Amino acid sequence: MININEVTETNQMIEKENLDVRTITLGISLLDCISSDLGTLRKNIYDRITKAAENLVKTGNEIEREYAIPIVNKRISVTPIGIVGASACHSPADFALIAETLDKAAHEVGVNFIGGYSALCAKGMTKAESLLIDSIPEALYSTSRVCSSVALASTKTGINMDAVAKMGEIIKLTAEKTKDSDSLGCAKLVVFCNAPDDNPFMAGAFHGVTEADAVINVGVSGPGVIKHALEGVKGEDFEVLAETVKRTAFKITRLGQLVAKEASKRLGIPFGIVDLSLAPTPAIGDSISDILELMGLERTGAPGTTAALALLNDQVKKGGLMASSYVGGLSGSFIPVSEDQGMINAVNAGALTLEKLEAMTCICSVGLDMIAIPGKTSPSTISGIIADEMAIGMVNQKTTAVRIIPVIGKDVGEEAVFGGLLGMAPIMKVNEFSCAPFIARGGRIPAPVHGFRN
Amino acid sequence: MYDVGMRKSIITVVGKDRVGIIAGVCSYLAASNVNILDISQTIVDGFFNMMMICDANSANKEFLTLSEELETLGEKLGCIIKLQREEIFDSMQRI
Repeated sequence: MININEVTETNQMIEKENLDVRTITLGISLLDCISSDLGTLRKNIYDRITKAAENLVKTGNEIEREYAIPIVNKRISVTPIGIVGASACHSPADFALIAETLDKAAHEVGVNFIGGYSALCAKGMTKAESLLIDSIPEALYSTSRVCSSVALASTKTGINMDAVAKMGEIIKLTAEKTKDSDSLGCAKLVVFCNAPDDNPFMAGAFHGVTEADAVINVGVSGPGVIKHALEGVKGEDFEVLAETVKRTAFKITRLGQLVAKEASKRLGIPFGIVDLSLAPTPAIGDSISDILELMGLERTGAPGTTAALALLNDQVKKGGLMASSYVGGLSGSFIPVSEDQGMINAVNAGALTLEKLEAMTCICSVGLDMIAIPGKTSPSTISGIIADEMAIGMVNQKTTAVRIIPVIGKDVGEEAVFGGLLGMAPIMKVNEFSCAPFIARGGRIPAPVHGFRN
Repeated sequence: MYDVGMRKSIITVVGKDRVGIIAGVCSYLAASNVNILDISQTIVDGFFNMMMICDANSANKEFLTLSEELETLGEKLGCIIKLQREEIFDSMQRI
């Protein structure tokens, strides 16, 4: 039988160490909504989402109450709109209307974000996907809850450099369009290499075409819990360090598994995956950077940072894999700058640079995430940063992403403030040497040799 | 209504030690037809720390109502009372 110490430990994790379930994300297929008439399509989409998700928030709140575990976000991901809208949309403005419909549906069911305003163009881009991408600045400007993602590369297909070049422009345009809110639009836009079909986290969540009609995916959190556990093993060797992370990750993930199964049962929707990612928040102590510093780094970004992150990421996976029956999504450590107070401090102290972050993305789960750069940065330089990150994902057969925010009107030394979970971000220095002729070449970078593992 | 089956619940009470905490909680549970299966209790740094394992399946009110009323009772008794389903501890603490 459960004893008082175990109960106290669990409740302390929740109350003092910011343990929570970051998101229950309901994936909804919109394939059966497709119509060549835009009005019908929009109505079908609205009806489908509001019906499928009508009890999502209520059920989430009930689980939250019954287990006394915070479930921070309830969200929805849908089939990439680049596919769903292909036969009905003939202009970027048509696509933007679908974004409005998604936003309206999200408000109606009470979720804080809806992902899937997406295009999958890792190899090539359809006419419709090109229109959707052109509509992104307007769509993210005129809606508040819609998130957009674009797949630009994969290990199997190589890098679609035409799309990379286009996204540099689109990110800049989105920043311009939302410059009154520190270019917030770009915080809702992410580009991917090896995009997962079942990612529950925003901004990159979409409901892949390989998925069923509806599915429940859950993302856990818990950097604060790992940090607290590591405080107890100061000065111990790496074996003890690794074991402590693994054991703690197991407990955190079990919580995610429980919530996922419970939500699935109550909503009558199949359980998909638990995403093991350690997701930080701006709350003090809920920081990946703090964990790395506890391991013995003066500041995140110091030599040794990549090794420390590799250990953390791997042990989180090892503990998590044992704890959940199905693991998926991104699963690793997130290193967003704006959402992690420790990262912000490291940038402000001059310890953490864009180049070091890029190295860290080789071994962590996501990529360059929530990084603010000077608003004057050119589209081709943004494309260059994206291309580098796509190359890391492609060659290492892992998911990488870029969510970068050129903050219009601001420069190094200033900061962008987004508020809420998105936090604030110091503007980071970007290498100003040009890569314009490289980006202007056009075409695709071929898939690497280990993409052909048949 | 979703069927919760035979599930046990855990009540934790944390607060400054004083007369009548256990009495207060127990008489509320009796009135609500909640059966207490096990009680353990410690004092840590002068703080009263109690855990009860209960069977709330035959309670005369909804689980969420119990949870809210216990929270209010806690405020009255000067402590924090939490009602949680047991699975959260089982899943985190047991393989």
